[in-house]
Amino acid sequence: MTSALAGVTGAAAEPASREGRRPRRSRRATPRNTLTKGAALGLGVTMVWFSILVLIPLAAIVATASENGWSQYVATLQNPQTWAAIKLTVGQALLVTVINIVMGTVIAWVLVRDRFPGKAILDVIIDVPFALPTIVAGLVLLALYGPNSPIGVHWANTERAVFLALAFVTLPFIVRTVQPVLEELESDVEEAAASLGASRTTIIRRIVLPSLTPAIAAGAALSFARAISEYGSLVLLSGNLPFRTEVVSVRVLSFIENGNTASAAALATIMLAVALLVIVVLDIVQRRVSRRG
Amino acid sequence: MVEVSTPVRWALRLAAVAYVFFLVAWPVALVVRQTFSNGLDNLIEAFQDPHVVNALELTLMVAFWAVVINTLFGVTISILLVRYEFPGKRLLSALIDVPLSVSPVVVGLALLLVYNGRDGWFGPTLEANGLQVIFDTPGMIMATCFVALPLVIREVVPTLTEVGDDQEQAARSLGANARQTFWRITLPSIKWAVIYGVVLSLARSLGEFGAVKIVSGNVTGRTQTATLMVEAKYQNFQQGTAYATSFLLILVSIACLVVVAVLRPKHP
Repeated sequence: MTSALAGVTGAAAEPASREGRRPRRSRRATPRNTLTKGAALGLGVTMVWFSILVLIPLAAIVATASENGWSQYVATLQNPQTWAAIKLTVGQALLVTVINIVMGTVIAWVLVRDRFPGKAILDVIIDVPFALPTIVAGLVLLALYGPNSPIGVHWANTERAVFLALAFVTLPFIVRTVQPVLEELESDVEEAAASLGASRTTIIRRIVLPSLTPAIAAGAALSFARAISEYGSLVLLSGNLPFRTEVVSVRVLSFIENGNTASAAALATIMLAVALLVIVVLDIVQRRVSRRG
Repeated sequence: MVEVSTPVRWALRLAAVAYVFFLVAWPVALVVRQTFSNGLDNLIEAFQDPHVVNALELTLMVAFWAVVINTLFGVTISILLVRYEFPGKRLLSALIDVPLSVSPVVVGLALLLVYNGRDGWFGPTLEANGLQVIFDTPGMIMATCFVALPLVIREVVPTLTEVGDDQEQAARSLGANARQTFWRITLPSIKWAVIYGVVLSLARSLGEFGAVKIVSGNVTGRTQTATLMVEAKYQNFQQGTAYATSFLLILVSIACLVVVAVLRPKHP
């Protein structure tokens, strides 16, 4: 099934239409292996590269972390500085995800259903955090919320700096997953509900929001995964103060710089496990949606 | 279609615009303004600094190779995933997405563990044969490839699925061989998706920071890329140069976005 790959954004959005088109051929029993000789060679070469680049290095992390068994994980997690970093990262990532669920849905709604001058510009600006290098994102936020802030907000080196950086880099996720779904939403269902006397709030609560939920969930998962793994935008902005503004990625980096590879690998394995969990959840959500479609 | 009342519409519009303005638009505008606070001095000073020029050249070189490798890999794997059936296909298509949710720091650590010359899995052997990966360009290209890996695939796979293989089958039944079918039929039909993926990969590759920081060793003038330069200059209180370099990076990434925005409607 290719729906898992349908774009950072369109993933949850498209299965319905795609599934509708598919059955004419693929429902027939397809052979399990249709590789030609050339295609098999191509698959071999790409798999070697994929292993060298991704699979073996990731396996090395898990292997290094597991050299000392579970005690390595326990020791790493019991370090109070690491624990503080995990608590801060997860807490701020959850907060940012909640804000994104509300603001991302509102922005997507405004982009699809509202019409005003400058909307096209708003649409392009949403993508800026995707394209902007993370270190530049940090510098940019520092200009408005740092020591020389023109509005007198000095959030650098505080927990709020972490929040700002995460909110910045995760802004596009929910907007871009919800927007296409909202665009494709059939208006006749809403009109039918209205003609049967449903109020506006009822229509939004009972018809619009439920059809957006899978897209919101997919976007929320992506934004949470991105938030807990963020590094670059925090470097200049948060000051990386132990116990106060140090996030998990920074902790992994300082383990690496101190030559404590085992602890770095243990913490990295925990982050990988969370990333994997998010991918699995996304896949389940998408398959449930495509089945319903 | 449900219409919200005018006050609610205005409130939502205001909330959306204000949020994006305070979080993205204003901060970016401030950095651009600070770059030009002394006219063109900051930019001129940056371009006269050999380390900055060196970093920009290195960034372009690393990004170029990463994009080339990712495009070749991405198009191949997309065609395999869409046009062929083979055991393990579902697993592969799930694994392709992994780089998107892995922290750049973890990417750096992963490559370090395998390719460092001291106690890495393959590093010592490779270095004995004259190939230094970590703290050198190959490692930086690999780190950049890793983080930008799924971008081309995520663009090409939906298009390839959408287009279907009717034309390819027609070409083949008329006697075209695999190479002719690919160059004359498949590639033209996914051209825009590939270009779009390349632009996205380019933006991502030019801007990579965390993973490259770990594998490059961040040596000024040798393995320091533009993003690493921004950090170093800012922390050395050479903020003018940091702003100027950031401005260039902002310019490139917004140019990428505009290119994409212009291309997109042409292939709905």
